[in-house]
Amino acid sequence: MKSIPMKVTANQQVSERYWHMKVDASELDAEVSPGQFFQLRCGHDLNPLLRRPFSIYRINRRERTLEFLYLVKGAGTKRLTQMKAGEYVDVFGPLGTPFVLQDEWKTILLLARGVGIATLAALAQDAAEKGVQAVAILSARSRNDLLAAETLQGFGAKVLYVTDEEGTSDVSAVRRLLEGLLREDPIQAAFTCGSKRLSKLLQELAATHGIPAQIALEEHMGCAMGVCFACVCDVREGGQLKTVRVCKEGPVFPLEKVVL
Amino acid sequence: MMADELNLQVNIGSLTLPCPIMPASGAFGEDMEAIIDFNRLGAVVPKSITKHPRKGNATPRVCETPSGMINSIGIQSKGIEYYMEHVIPYYRRYQVPLISSISAESIEEFAEMSAIIAGAKEVAALELNISCPNLKGNGAAFGMDAQATRDLIREVRQVTKKPLIAKLTPNVTSIQEIALAAEEGGADGLNVANTILAMAIDIHSRKPRIGNVLGGLSGPAVKPIIVRMIYQVHQVTSLPIIGCGGVMNGEDALEMILAGATAVQVGTASFVQPTAMLDILEEIKQYMMQYGIADIQSLVGQVVTGKHNEGES
Ligand SMILES: Cc1cc2nc3c(=O)[nH]c(=O)nc-3n(C[C@H](O)[C@H](O)[C@H](O)COP(=O)(O)OP(=O)(O)OC[C@H]3O[C@@H](n4cnc5c(N)ncnc54)[C@H](O)[C@@H]3O)c2cc1C
Ligand SMILES: Cc1cc2nc3c(=O)[nH]c(=O)nc-3n(C[C@H](O)[C@H](O)[C@H](O)COP(=O)(O)O)c2cc1C
Ligand code: FES
Repeated sequence: MKSIPMKVTANQQVSERYWHMKVDASELDAEVSPGQFFQLRCGHDLNPLLRRPFSIYRINRRERTLEFLYLVKGAGTKRLTQMKAGEYVDVFGPLGTPFVLQDEWKTILLLARGVGIATLAALAQDAAEKGVQAVAILSARSRNDLLAAETLQGFGAKVLYVTDEEGTSDVSAVRRLLEGLLREDPIQAAFTCGSKRLSKLLQELAATHGIPAQIALEEHMGCAMGVCFACVCDVREGGQLKTVRVCKEGPVFPLEKVVL
Repeated sequence: MMADELNLQVNIGSLTLPCPIMPASGAFGEDMEAIIDFNRLGAVVPKSITKHPRKGNATPRVCETPSGMINSIGIQSKGIEYYMEHVIPYYRRYQVPLISSISAESIEEFAEMSAIIAGAKEVAALELNISCPNLKGNGAAFGMDAQATRDLIREVRQVTKKPLIAKLTPNVTSIQEIALAAEEGGADGLNVANTILAMAIDIHSRKPRIGNVLGGLSGPAVKPIIVRMIYQVHQVTSLPIIGCGGVMNGEDALEMILAGATAVQVGTASFVQPTAMLDILEEIKQYMMQYGIADIQSLVGQVVTGKHNEGES
């Protein structure tokens, strides 16, 4: 991990609230894996002060670029939207632990809410390269916010949508959908990001179906280097509760261990 | 003047630091080894240690405010046994002095922990965190009371001859009074200062933006307050001062040195730029070369406070 000024090659609005940034990562000498993240400086001055964490959305190993998909939320992401192609953005990483994709898995389930899809899309890309079939449930406020569906389909994933707008995204509806999928498809592992409620649901269903599951967590960060202990979450290990760092021990954790 | 002719060495009591830039406790740790060479720092200062393991506070533990951040980590800690067995031995591989930051719940506990930690030969000095705003009710800390500060340092002084640095809290009416109390208690140096008690509210959810409601403000937003405090403390005591709060670059560090700091700690800046401490050191060297200053100590407290328009007609 180190901090590198990377040239922005594209930074475009993709829906009302979401943007997509592509950077030239040819200076990066480290391997990047789905589930990992980078800390971006949003601008060149001290306001906003702290870096913001963003997951890897796409890794283009051949052309040596990285892509981020981001939700415009507050000062930092607003400033990020002002970055023009040709400008440099300071990128620190790669950080954190990646998803684990085991060779024997043939079909995996992805359950994403909102911008949580960013990190699962990177995983879908990896899965496609390994010949693993991905089945994705995407949940969003509106149809307009359903991101990356085409990207996922491009990777050969089967994609299902639920939205608040259409009243299809509440937990009980998603439960029925998930139970159907788990009955019909030969799903061997599940992955989730972006919603506490959906993660709780998946935690329960994965346990009853005996499927291993992983979650990518988000927490406010100070250093992202494991030194400040800002970004903690609780995990259960050997019957004991442990407070661990999302930036270091995570952001990907075995779902059954995480206290949601 | 060449860069290698510059003397950057400074002293805090009997402790000699190869250079005046070191990390601030809580914003530094072993994991940064991948990013910077610790041997180029003035000292290493791991996170404050408590006697017993502590879970720390509720999340969110940090939030950003204009040019600053508020934190309420609540000293998540593995306890003194882990510290003695793992943390202190870890820093053996570095040549720079190890300053151990101690946080305790009572004067007796401060003395007890100091005796144990100072007993380790690798520990060069103790920094007594008498200022953490997160430990006691509503952000109260030992360092808010002159008598408690004096008694605390006096007790710890009994158990070790190693240099004692009192990390003061800025959350007081008179920082000079507390600084004098620490000097009377027998401190060898003063850290000015810990974070400033602060609060931020999300107007949409109407909730505090920090899980623990109150937290400590750090970063560029606090620097002018800290510079003022360094200046005030330097006026009343002869103890060496470690400036701490909002240093982002070499200019900020030099400002603190001119106000009276002998050394400078860097916290939040390392989150923004992981190599900040080394960048700051380089900028200080550049400044020294620019003005032909051979010895960094000759700058300490050299702020010129005469009339601004002196010499003009
Ligand atoms: C590991 C990780 C990966 C992430 N990946 C993505 C991604 O791919 N795309 C995306 O849009 N968002 C992602 N996020 C969330 C993103 O970091 C926040 O939305 C962003 O920091 C908000 O910044 P802001 O200045 O616009 O918002 P503000 O609300 O103004 O931010 C204020 C402060 O709160 C912090 N903060 C606010 N919301 C979050 C949050 N949800 N998680 C962590 N910190 C937060 C900010 O970092 C900042 O320090 C990720 C978060 C983490 C921890
Ligand atoms: C996340 C975080 C954790 C901190 N933890 C400690 C601590 O354990 N002990 C301590 O004495 N100070 C702690 N501090 C305060 C710093 O050491 C320093 O006094 C403060 O951050 C001001 O400096 P800065 O503006 O350079 O960050 C912490 C600060 C931050 C931001
Ligand atoms: S953000 Fe500092 S430990 Fe994770």
